[in-house]
Amino acid sequence: MPHHQGIAMPKDKETPTDPEGSQGADDDQLASRLDALDRDLGAQASGSGKNRANANAPSTGYGQALRMSTDFVAGVGVGAALGWGIDAVLGTSPWGLIVFLLLGFAAGILNVLRTAGLVAEAGTRETPSQERRPPSRRHDR
Amino acid sequence: MANDPIKQFEISKLVPLEIGGLDVSFTNSSLFMVATVAAASSLLILSTSGRGLVPTRWQSVAEMSYEFVASTLRSSAGNEGMRFFPMVFSLFMFVLIANLLGMFPYFFTVTSHIIVTFALAMLVIGTVVLYGFYRHGAKFLGLFVPHGVPAPLIPLVTAIEVISFLSRPISLAVRLFANMLAGHITLKVFTGFIVSLSALGFGGVLTSILPLVMAVAITALEFLVAFLQAYVFTVLTCMYLNDALHPNH
Repeated sequence: MPHHQGIAMPKDKETPTDPEGSQGADDDQLASRLDALDRDLGAQASGSGKNRANANAPSTGYGQALRMSTDFVAGVGVGAALGWGIDAVLGTSPWGLIVFLLLGFAAGILNVLRTAGLVAEAGTRETPSQERRPPSRRHDR
Repeated sequence: MANDPIKQFEISKLVPLEIGGLDVSFTNSSLFMVATVAAASSLLILSTSGRGLVPTRWQSVAEMSYEFVASTLRSSAGNEGMRFFPMVFSLFMFVLIANLLGMFPYFFTVTSHIIVTFALAMLVIGTVVLYGFYRHGAKFLGLFVPHGVPAPLIPLVTAIEVISFLSRPISLAVRLFANMLAGHITLKVFTGFIVSLSALGFGGVLTSILPLVMAVAITALEFLVAFLQAYVFTVLTCMYLNDALHPNH
């Protein structure tokens, strides 16, 4: 478990540097120690994040199958419901249902491919320079 | 028949109430939602009251759940996403505790009703849409228009993207609900086999060891699923919030 390390490590590091009688320690020293702790915690956080991503990478095939199938069915279902609603409102039966069912099918496939990490998210196609998003995040869910 | 596998999901009114023609009775589902919130709050309040530098067991449970949600949110939505931390953490704790409470015999599983999970999913998507429009205005719609698509294809691709977006709350809700429902039904069916087999005499009792082993294994699996589904719900929430924060770049 990476969590244990994430919690315990910074404290282990901090205790030796903790001066026993530091009542008179000035704010600068305190600030610099807080900064150091922040850095350590940051390093820990990114490290444990990476560990977790790796740990979850071979997630169970069953879980993945279930996730993709709900993604797919939800796409088709929403498409069909939209088409049916449009037909009911505009009286264009059955064309709305036909067209939106097909669009929903496409959306379902798109959902599945996104879940599988084979297609990028709509907004992220041309963003190699985006700050915080790990590029291969999609594979490990 | 005592082992009807669907009976455990029945809603029963504990305190019938009606306000303005609307049925707002306090049901067993409401009772367990209240219990979930109470359990989650008291777990966190009591476990963090000590605030030791070296955490006790309970304190480190609370710290672990905090660290876990915070790092999930940071890694998928960036530091900006931390403004949604209270919501994401509450959702995670609610789903997790509700799933775990459902593992007690005779307890009601709140998350095995699709209306509950759908309400949670709509809360997430509602936040994404409202915050997206509040923050980016009409630019939020750029989420639906991918870059680098030939102009004649844009209407088609946009329609597909919109349907794909609308299907998110559905798949979010269905995934949690279906996992909890299916797991509890399977458990009930297998334990039902034990009862009916052991009524068949000595041979039946011997054979009933098989479903018993299965029931034990499924119970363990259900605990895993309870955690996993809370995790998946949280991760997807974070991803969708990321869309609200950075719709297009």
